[in-house]
Amino acid sequence: MPLLEVTDLRTYYYTLRGVVRAVDGVSFTLDRGETLGIAGESGCGKSTLAWSILRLVPPPGRIVGGSIKIDGMDITKMSEAELRRKVRWRKVSMIFQGAMNAFNPVLKVGDQVIEPLLLHTDMSKEEAWAKAEEMVQHVGLPPEILERYPHELSGGQKQRLVIAMAILLEPDIVIADEPTTALDVVIQAQILNLMKRLYREKKMSIILITHDLSVIAELAEKTAIMYAGKIVEYGPSDAVFENPLHPYTQALLRAVPRLRGPKERLIYIPGSPPDLRNPPRGCRFYPRCEKRFEPCDREEPPMVEAEKGHFVACWLYARR
Amino acid sequence: MPELGEKVLDVRDLRVWFPVRRGLIETITGKARLYVRAVDGVSFDIRRRETFCFVGESGCGKTTTGKALLRLVPITGGSALFRPSKEVAEELEKRGVTLGEDGMVDIFKLNEKQFHPVRRDIQMVYQDPFGSLNPRFRVRDILEEPLIVHKIGETKSERLEMVSRALEMVKLTPVSEFIDRYPHQLSGGQRQRVAIARAIIMNPVLVVADEPVSMLDVSIRAEILEVFNLLKERLGLSFIYITHDLSTARYVCDRIAVMYLGKIVEIGEADDVIQEPLHPYTEALVAAIPEPDPRNRLKFRDIKIKGEVPSPVNIPPGCRFHPRCILYEEALKRGEEWAKLCTQAEPPLVEIKKGHYAACFRHEAVRAAVTAKAAGES
Repeated sequence: MPLLEVTDLRTYYYTLRGVVRAVDGVSFTLDRGETLGIAGESGCGKSTLAWSILRLVPPPGRIVGGSIKIDGMDITKMSEAELRRKVRWRKVSMIFQGAMNAFNPVLKVGDQVIEPLLLHTDMSKEEAWAKAEEMVQHVGLPPEILERYPHELSGGQKQRLVIAMAILLEPDIVIADEPTTALDVVIQAQILNLMKRLYREKKMSIILITHDLSVIAELAEKTAIMYAGKIVEYGPSDAVFENPLHPYTQALLRAVPRLRGPKERLIYIPGSPPDLRNPPRGCRFYPRCEKRFEPCDREEPPMVEAEKGHFVACWLYARR
Repeated sequence: MPELGEKVLDVRDLRVWFPVRRGLIETITGKARLYVRAVDGVSFDIRRRETFCFVGESGCGKTTTGKALLRLVPITGGSALFRPSKEVAEELEKRGVTLGEDGMVDIFKLNEKQFHPVRRDIQMVYQDPFGSLNPRFRVRDILEEPLIVHKIGETKSERLEMVSRALEMVKLTPVSEFIDRYPHQLSGGQRQRVAIARAIIMNPVLVVADEPVSMLDVSIRAEILEVFNLLKERLGLSFIYITHDLSTARYVCDRIAVMYLGKIVEIGEADDVIQEPLHPYTEALVAAIPEPDPRNRLKFRDIKIKGEVPSPVNIPPGCRFHPRCILYEEALKRGEEWAKLCTQAEPPLVEIKKGHYAACFRHEAVRAAVTAKAAGES
């Protein structure tokens, strides 16, 4: 049984201007000790997908369909209390985007780091503090740092603390939403090194959500490419990066500037992603697709296994 | 690389220091005033049709350098010889400024009134296309505004003509479809094109672009970079491209200057700097950049740098990079003589290979320059 099984998940935002279908029929599985990278442009629904897995979608958003099974338990059917007791932080934790800027400036960081321990376990404050000191050293910081206030720390140090918090209860799954985006390149590389080390040591499952394909290639065993609320390609990272099948993935990879190797002309994807209140009929990428042909604007392409373990939703590969 | 033209800007020893506020007691007791030395002695020059790039981490002074050229920050010291366009040169003469024989003028020596026309020639494109456009202005108003301020174009229709041309230049076509839109009706890439159109409508000599693509999605970054390359060819513009991202710099820049803590530590042709960096800091920056290649998966990146950027109030003595430099540490352990220099003297920027300068004592030429200077002084 996979550790996490998401089936036909739909999360919509009911705004005054219409229903935004941010996640619209997403299915994937995650095994124990596996790393999955989810990539996509801004507004493709990748963060909403992450929030859905913890059932933390901000209103007016709602999970309206599908199931999310963690260890066989469907969390979409759980009560809030049960969810908090059994799932959040214990089974699944999350490194939120920009979390390092969300520390309360008037409290010592230590008091904030131990909060999940106080809320989710019966530990006393002293025990929790000791545990936090241990975790802080795991992420390469001195234990004394817990006595400091957020303004005394650098961005890199704060991000390390956020990561320490996420692994504090040793959850099965850690979701990292843009964990390196606001950081300088040198710090980004250090944080990625840290995540690589933690992954090797702790063998937890990681879902890495980012717009940066390079970051995914550094860490993820499997890659899913999201476009306009749907996963359009999914497979082992080697296959997705070396032999991208979906025209969107191909275009995205050609648009990434590379530091090494020959300087090929960058190709950009014309147009912009569709309005998710009113996505195009058929394939959602077809208005921007250079390979579109007759069925694309009428029927939605099914997800097919084009190679072993490598799935793609595109009419070029589907048989009708 | 296209043929580069004459020098349009020559900056020498630019310094921008921001005073740190003292408390009442500190003022009374006469405690020395401290400064944030954001830019601390930067020299470079730019030619026509050149894209010159400043790369560095946040806080290295790259943005302040760009702002200093538009005099948006108080200048502490240094000079900036600039070659104004013909129209601006005439305007300057009316205001009692005489150009040098080479047609250049030190823009740091002008008073505010004299500097005003120069703003036509040096334009800026900001990082955030969501914040840099007035949400209550239509595209046509946004582009017309600088024309009105600088009294260019006699009539409204003449200005409209210029607005249309600028929009065509950045490929926001058909113009009629975009000209009456508000910023919120545009995508991020389109907004950044409007910001670029606003910069080039003045027919400037130099455009300072501060992280123009970092807020944009990868799929449209390439689009904006291409607009820059196109404008450079068509209008003969010079660009200063400020970024933290060496990999985009590679696609637009002719030369790269790497900045660390207010100083340039390396300058050279873009490919030379990236492929054969001469300064250990540049090496670390290059090593830190990830690649969309899953063969690197779970491999540790060996980044030869330790600690974090120190505060620009307390700049380390000697080479300002030495506390973080692993090369220095290793050389010191091996007992190499030159490593002692790192804490004693500030390494000057010296040409190591043709057109490729570095400020690091690992290079014999840099050591020689310092010893020669010391001998001259004694």
